[in-house]
Amino acid sequence: MEARVSVIEKRLKSIKRIISVASGKGGVGKSLVASTLALNLVEKGHKVGLLDLDLYGPSSHIILGVKDVFPEEEKGIIPPKIHGIKFMSIVYFTEDKPSAFRGIDITNIIIELLAITQWGALDYLIIDMPPGIGDETLDVIRFIKKSEFLVVTTPSKVVMGAVSKLLKILKELKIPVIGVLENMKMTESPIIEDSIIEMNLPFIGSIFFDENLEDAIGDGDLLLKTKFMEELDNNLKKTNL
Amino acid sequence: MHEWALAESILSTVLEAAEKEKLKTIAEIKIGIGELQQIEQDIFEFALNEIIKSHGKKLKNVKISIETEESTLKCKICEHTWKFSDMKKKLNEDESEAIHFIPEVAFVHTRCPKCGSPDFEITTGRGVSIISIKGKR
Repeated sequence: MEARVSVIEKRLKSIKRIISVASGKGGVGKSLVASTLALNLVEKGHKVGLLDLDLYGPSSHIILGVKDVFPEEEKGIIPPKIHGIKFMSIVYFTEDKPSAFRGIDITNIIIELLAITQWGALDYLIIDMPPGIGDETLDVIRFIKKSEFLVVTTPSKVVMGAVSKLLKILKELKIPVIGVLENMKMTESPIIEDSIIEMNLPFIGSIFFDENLEDAIGDGDLLLKTKFMEELDNNLKKTNL
Repeated sequence: MHEWALAESILSTVLEAAEKEKLKTIAEIKIGIGELQQIEQDIFEFALNEIIKSHGKKLKNVKISIETEESTLKCKICEHTWKFSDMKKKLNEDESEAIHFIPEVAFVHTRCPKCGSPDFEITTGRGVSIISIKGKR
């Protein structure tokens, strides 16, 4: 008999809002949006946690410059604080080695992480999701009933093809969608906004491609000063975050 | 003491099952511990007893029995089977501790001893499980 699932709700009980940052495709900036959103909310005085659920290709730890830390063991595991964010990731346990997992193992890892992580009281838990609508997305929907989704896309018809599938399934399952954020915008084009509005879902806004962003990767203080963060912050004002 | 979180999840599941089955008291819980997770049994039992004390009459006189399950692994490529106990000595302390927290990272830190593949499965003895619950309606 599965012995871990029933405690998950208790572990998440003191978290006011859970935001899963997701997309149908990889490489659109989900981890960047998730990490900078967490930094932004901490700056505004909120208690924030960040859970990287991209188990094959975790990257939030690279963005935030997480090094030489490990969770504390206390009636479970307590995530270390990085720039004020309680940060949990599989990298603590994989030493960043290649991680080849099959579906059943992904589910087992997610259940284990959710069952043993002691987040304590948080205003926001941000989940950095892997791309697509595979095991991780289905497991978040299954185990984290109060999760809302913030969906990231780029101004690409190819990306939107996959993103619209994720949006359709979220809509069908009546999962709250905060909105869609268009990242790496290069030209003024209404294509993405129009297609989101056509799906009757909230379009948050766009973030233009920031060519200096790469220099800030790995440094939370520098990330806070980027054009990317300024545009993210302006976009967040259009939401209830 | 990460064993505490696992003990808590076991008892939470037991109480949920008892509620579903309309059990007034729970007489016995049989728990399985998979070798791969390397649970410290003393700490685990201590945590179970401490949590039981705070759970009122339903678990008051419960008998807990714990069975350790040998951990076996099977390669999906060459079908070789082996035991975790055979490979444990090759792991360093950090790798062993990581598997203790998340048993699936065995796929990251170890390989099939015959063909070297990371594509194997845990056939028995992964982690904690509930084998049976006995009680009175």
